[in-house]
Amino acid sequence: MNKEGYKLVQGNEACVEGALAAGMRFFAGYPITPSTEIAEISAEKLPALGGRFIQMEDELASMAAIIGGSLAGKKTMTATSGPGFSLMQENIGYAAITEIPCVVVNVQRGGPSTGLPTSPAQGEVMQAKWGTHGDHPAIALTPNSVQETFEYTVKAFNLAEKYRTPVIFLMDETVGHMREKMAFKDASEIEIIDRKKPTCKPEDYVAYRPDEDMIPPMAPFGEGYRYHVSGLTHDETGFPTNNNEISEKLVRRLVDKVDKNIDDFSYYEEYKLEDAEIVIIAYGGVSRSAKSAVDDLRKQNIKAGLFRPITIWPFLEKQVNKVSLNAKEIYVAEMNLGQYVLEVERIACKNCTVKSINKVNGELITPEEIVKAIGGNK
Amino acid sequence: MNCNETTKKYYRANKLPHIWCPGCGHGTLTNTIVRAVDKLGLNKDEVVIVSGIGCSSRAPGYLDFNTLHTTHGRALAFATGIKFANPKLHVIVIMGDGDSSAIGGNHLIHASRRNIDITAVVFNNNIYGMTGGQFSPTTPFGDLATTTPYGNIDKSFNLCSLAQGAGATYVGRGTAYHAPLMQKLIENGIQNKGFSFIEGLSLCPTYYGRRNKKGSAFKMHTFLKENCVDKKVVDKDPEKGKNKIIIGEFYNNPQPEYTESYQVIIDKLQG
Amino acid sequence: MADERILLQNIPWCKGCGVCVGFCPTKVLEIKDNKCFIANRDKCILCGQCELRCPDNAIWIGGKK
Repeated sequence: MNKEGYKLVQGNEACVEGALAAGMRFFAGYPITPSTEIAEISAEKLPALGGRFIQMEDELASMAAIIGGSLAGKKTMTATSGPGFSLMQENIGYAAITEIPCVVVNVQRGGPSTGLPTSPAQGEVMQAKWGTHGDHPAIALTPNSVQETFEYTVKAFNLAEKYRTPVIFLMDETVGHMREKMAFKDASEIEIIDRKKPTCKPEDYVAYRPDEDMIPPMAPFGEGYRYHVSGLTHDETGFPTNNNEISEKLVRRLVDKVDKNIDDFSYYEEYKLEDAEIVIIAYGGVSRSAKSAVDDLRKQNIKAGLFRPITIWPFLEKQVNKVSLNAKEIYVAEMNLGQYVLEVERIACKNCTVKSINKVNGELITPEEIVKAIGGNK
Repeated sequence: MNCNETTKKYYRANKLPHIWCPGCGHGTLTNTIVRAVDKLGLNKDEVVIVSGIGCSSRAPGYLDFNTLHTTHGRALAFATGIKFANPKLHVIVIMGDGDSSAIGGNHLIHASRRNIDITAVVFNNNIYGMTGGQFSPTTPFGDLATTTPYGNIDKSFNLCSLAQGAGATYVGRGTAYHAPLMQKLIENGIQNKGFSFIEGLSLCPTYYGRRNKKGSAFKMHTFLKENCVDKKVVDKDPEKGKNKIIIGEFYNNPQPEYTESYQVIIDKLQG
Repeated sequence: MADERILLQNIPWCKGCGVCVGFCPTKVLEIKDNKCFIANRDKCILCGQCELRCPDNAIWIGGKK
């Protein structure tokens, strides 16, 4: 670390630092490129803090273990990439219905299947929301720098704890393996949120009865609140039910507790949007190219701007709609064949045209490619 | 303590009667776990029961402990997370035969290998009951199931050998008929500081029994009574084990336990 | 002193599987209307086989009170 408190850090390392700052004391994972450094650094750093690292037999087990660890009272995380993210999906749904906080990092690489293990992609935008079956809440954050990886990993934990839900931290290989300067923050500068615990006596605890904020207090196993947790659709006591009314109420509450609080965690960046007629929407690694493209286009007297969602799920409907009101054209640049753009099309004002800039060859979309797609001079 | 007293103390009696079919061995096996916990005098607040999916996995819902009904096959992975996060908890995992050795087979061998202090109890009824009677990895060769309408050509697993081979440090087999033995094995398993694997031969009169003409639940109990021989007997006279099911304590060899080994690392780093 | 214990039932939990009936050495129990029925209480020797075998915790030896 230099005198100003900066250090040259890799994105994956920043993720671990953020997690530790947020209070992560349990990590379970399985090696997979390009996320492996997150496991390695966690393995090195956790025990000195009294935390625990375990390498599980696969990603299904890793996901299960962090849910178990969270239920036993720890803040927990796992990290993976495409194929592993697919394997985790069933238990992500389990965490959602049982309302067990945890953070799942997916450092995206080229897919499908084994794909391009060492190359960046953004193919799991839709999977981050719809990967597990059934209707469920989804929070996903996507950083575009090392510093932001640190800060938003903390936020990912805070959101998981506050809303009692798994949070997807959607990185990409570009950000995960990038090295930049990062400011280490003092613990006192970081807001930390811990899950709400019951204040009632154990005999009065109704494990899944929500407070007015739609979130039930959570008792860790082993502290006298003996209750039942099941992935079956359950009533407020946590026990399975086939009651249609209760089932509907549960699923709606799970989704609503996140969706209706979106204003609490609508994270995004706006760049030169004030008078922008051409709006580029980009996130993660690609947004860095997009920002550069905006500057290049401005030099050519094209009124371009950038909208960069950091909260990628729930979709920032309000903000994207607002941006579209003044735009003639929106270009969504992403390293997939058009995922986020579908949501933008859904919500954008009908007077503005939505176009897609896509690339799936394992390389980052360059500023030049964006400039060219928009019709500027390279 | 009689059965009614243990029921009052350890069951969520308002959830009974349980969903299992008449004569299902799972109720009897669940009682052996309850009696073992009672015998050892464990604090209910420190007992966690984890299960996967299937008939057996409904057991925790009836028990007044910290209970977790997880996804199919993954009970041991969830349990590993719980135990590793809070090693003072007594973690007991209830699984079925398909749950533990088909979809969950990988977790079984790795939990065994790690020797993490978990007591795994398999209710082995030789069939997938919850889905209506498909063959499982423990359905005997030649037997009938809805998915082996012409007889099973898969060889069946010896679950105890599998767990022992993978590194479990306490291994035994009881049955729903041999309930006192089953209880004793579970007590020993809980006391073993490491991964303990107890197979409980259950009985499914509805799906496995009916299709394979095994008769009533009582008849299926009688089969277990007449066809199981304790390992101690067979050790003295191997002839007595011929064509029989061997039950009893198979392996008891304490080894360094996973969470304790990790605690050594923590202690060293924290000086 | 006479044994103060007696055979007791929780009939709603009984599923009538007949396991207790099969194991009872003195034929105390019968199945009637798909439930276990104590037909010959006076023959009961309080051996507890029914209690041990019942999968449904529906029969046990308890105090008379």
